[in-house]
Amino acid sequence: MCAASRKNQLLDFEKPLVDLEERIERIRQLATENGVDVTDQLQHLEARAAQLREEVYSSLSSVQRLQIARHPRRPSTLDYIQAMSDEWFELHGDRRGGDDPALVGGLATLDGRSVVILGHQKGRDTKDNVLRNFGMASPGGYRKALRLMEHANRFRMPIVTFIDTPGAWAGVEAEQLGQGEAIAYNLQQMFRFEVPILCTVIGEGGSGGALGIGVGDCLMMFEHSVYTVASPEACASILWRDAAKAGQAAAALKITSWDLKELGILDRLLPEPLGGAHKNPLEAARTLKQAILENLSELDRLSPAELRERRYQKFRRIGAFTEVPVAAEG
Amino acid sequence: MSLFDWFANRRKADPLSQDQQEREIADGLWTKCDACGVLAYTKDLQANQMVCLECGHHMRVFSDDRIAQLADPGSWVPLDEGVQPVDPLGFKDRKSYRDRLKEAQKKSGLSDAVQTGLARLDGQPCVLAIMDFRFMGGSMGSVVGEKITRAIEQATRDGVGAIVLCASGGARMQEGMLSLMQMAKISGALDRHREAGYLYIPVLTHPTTGGVTASFAMLGDLILAEPKALIGFAGRRVIEQTLREKLPDNFQTAEYLQQYGFVDAIVPRTQLKRTLAQLLRMHQKPKVDGAIAPQDTPQGTPAALPQG
Ligand SMILES: [Zn+2]
Repeated sequence: MCAASRKNQLLDFEKPLVDLEERIERIRQLATENGVDVTDQLQHLEARAAQLREEVYSSLSSVQRLQIARHPRRPSTLDYIQAMSDEWFELHGDRRGGDDPALVGGLATLDGRSVVILGHQKGRDTKDNVLRNFGMASPGGYRKALRLMEHANRFRMPIVTFIDTPGAWAGVEAEQLGQGEAIAYNLQQMFRFEVPILCTVIGEGGSGGALGIGVGDCLMMFEHSVYTVASPEACASILWRDAAKAGQAAAALKITSWDLKELGILDRLLPEPLGGAHKNPLEAARTLKQAILENLSELDRLSPAELRERRYQKFRRIGAFTEVPVAAEG
Repeated sequence: MSLFDWFANRRKADPLSQDQQEREIADGLWTKCDACGVLAYTKDLQANQMVCLECGHHMRVFSDDRIAQLADPGSWVPLDEGVQPVDPLGFKDRKSYRDRLKEAQKKSGLSDAVQTGLARLDGQPCVLAIMDFRFMGGSMGSVVGEKITRAIEQATRDGVGAIVLCASGGARMQEGMLSLMQMAKISGALDRHREAGYLYIPVLTHPTTGGVTASFAMLGDLILAEPKALIGFAGRRVIEQTLREKLPDNFQTAEYLQQYGFVDAIVPRTQLKRTLAQLLRMHQKPKVDGAIAPQDTPQGTPAALPQG
C-alpha cells in the first residue's frame, strides 16, 4: 500500500505519532546513506515514540474509540471467520425470498468443533459497502440469522454471533417487511435455544439492529468496540438539537467496553493489539478464538435447561432503579 | 348545525366571542379536535373516550384514562408502584436527566412511563400494562422494562392473559444501554409466558416506535392497533433523509401495518374493552368437565377447592 493511502486511513489523533515514526525512519535512512552513527539519537526518539503510542491509546475518548470501531480497515465478520476457522461453509438465504449480504453466516469448525457463526458484514470499500449496505441488515437479514440459529439448535451446535452494524436498515421496504417484528422475534427466540450462544461486538454495536443477534449467554466486546442505544449523531440531534454535539453524546451515552462492564452488561472484555484490531488482525482473531473456546468449554457443563435459566437471569438482572415501600391506601 | 358552525355564528354575532371561545378552551370546557377542528364539549368527548364525535379522530389519552376505560370498576390492583427511576449514567444534555425526571413526575403524577396492575375486563381477569406518553414520550428505561417484565411474570404465574398498551417513542437514551437491554428482558419474559401457553396481546396506540416496536409491541399472539396510530421501527424523517423522497401519507399508520400483515385488527377505542374481553374469553382453557370459566380469582390465586 502506498504511503498516501495509508495516511488517508489514519485517524486524526494518530497523526502526531505517525509523524514521529516517519521522522525516525527518515533519520535512519539518511544515516545509512551518509554513513553517520545516530544510534543515541534514534534510541531517544524511539523511546519518545513508544511513550507517545502508550499515551495516545491509553487515554482515548469515547468518540476516538468510536472512530477505531468504525475504522474502514477494522477486521470484519468474514475476516475473523477466515482467520479462526479450520473449515468454513457459508450458507445463504432467509428462505423467505431473499439473501441479505449485510448479514452473513454459515458452518465453521473451530479446533475441530462444529459451530454456526453469523454476523453483520460491513464492506471494505465504497463499492463493497454498497453491496453490504454498510452492515445495516434488512428484515430478511434478521430472518436469515434466525434460520441459521434454528439450524444450530437442531443439530446441537453452539451459536457464535459477531455484531458490527451502525443499526438496522431504515427504509420503506424495511418497514413494509417488518423490521421491528424481525428483530423482536429474534430477541424472543434467542431465549429459547438450548445451545450456547456467544455474542461479540467486534466493531460497532448500533441499537436494536445489534441486539437482534445479541441475546446470548455471554456478551464479549473488543476493547475499542462500542455498543450504543442510539448512534451518538442521532442522540445529539434529538437531545442537543445539534448533530455536531455527537462527541458529547458519545461520552454521555456510555458506549465503551469499560462503560458497559461497569453497567453489568458486558461479560468479557477482549484486549486489542496496540492501536486497534486493524493493526494486527491475526492477533485479534487469536484472542477472539481463544475466548470463544474458553467460554464454550464452560457452558458445555450446563444442561439445556440450566443454560436457558442462566440466560434468562442474566438479562433479568439488567436495569437500574430503586424500590420504595408504597403507602397503604385509605 | 355542528359546534364549529355554532361558534362561527356566535363569532359573527359577538365580536368578543373569540376571546370567550379561547378562554373556554383554556378552561378545558371545550376541546378542539386536532384533525377536523370541530369543538366539542369536553365532557361529551370524555364520555366518548376522547374520540372525536365528528370525525372519529382518536385524541391522546393517558394511563389513568385508560385504566378507567378498560378495567371493570373496582377491579384495578396496581403492581410495583414503588419502583422508581434513578440516573445510572449521570446523564446531562441540555438538561440533566434528574431534572427531566422530576419535571415529568410533576407533570404526570407518575413515577415513570408505565402503570401496571391486575384488572378485570367484563369479568375477564388479566394483567394490564399501560404506557404513558406524557412521561418523557413514553420512553422505555429500566423502570418501564422492570415493571412490564414483572407484570408479564405475574400473568404467567397467575395463568392469565397479559395486555400491554403501547405508547412510546422507543428506548430512553438517558439510560443508555440499560434501556436497550430492557427490550431483551421483556422479550425473555414474553417467551416464558408464551411457552406456558398463555395469551399476550399488545395494543399499539399512537405512537409506537423504535425499540418498543422492535420488541414487545410486535411479539403478540394477537396484535391490535388504534385507528391511524403511528407505528414503525425507524423514524419517518430518518427514512426521508436516506431516500430523499416523499413517503406515502399513510406510511407507518395502523392501517398501513395491517395492509402488510403486522396487525390483526384495528379497533376503535370505544370498542377496545369489549374486544379485549372477548379475546380473553375465547382463549380460556376449558375446565376438565368441558365447561368454560375464569381460571383464577381476582387476586390471581387459584380458587380454593371446597373442603370436605
Ligand atoms: Zn374531529
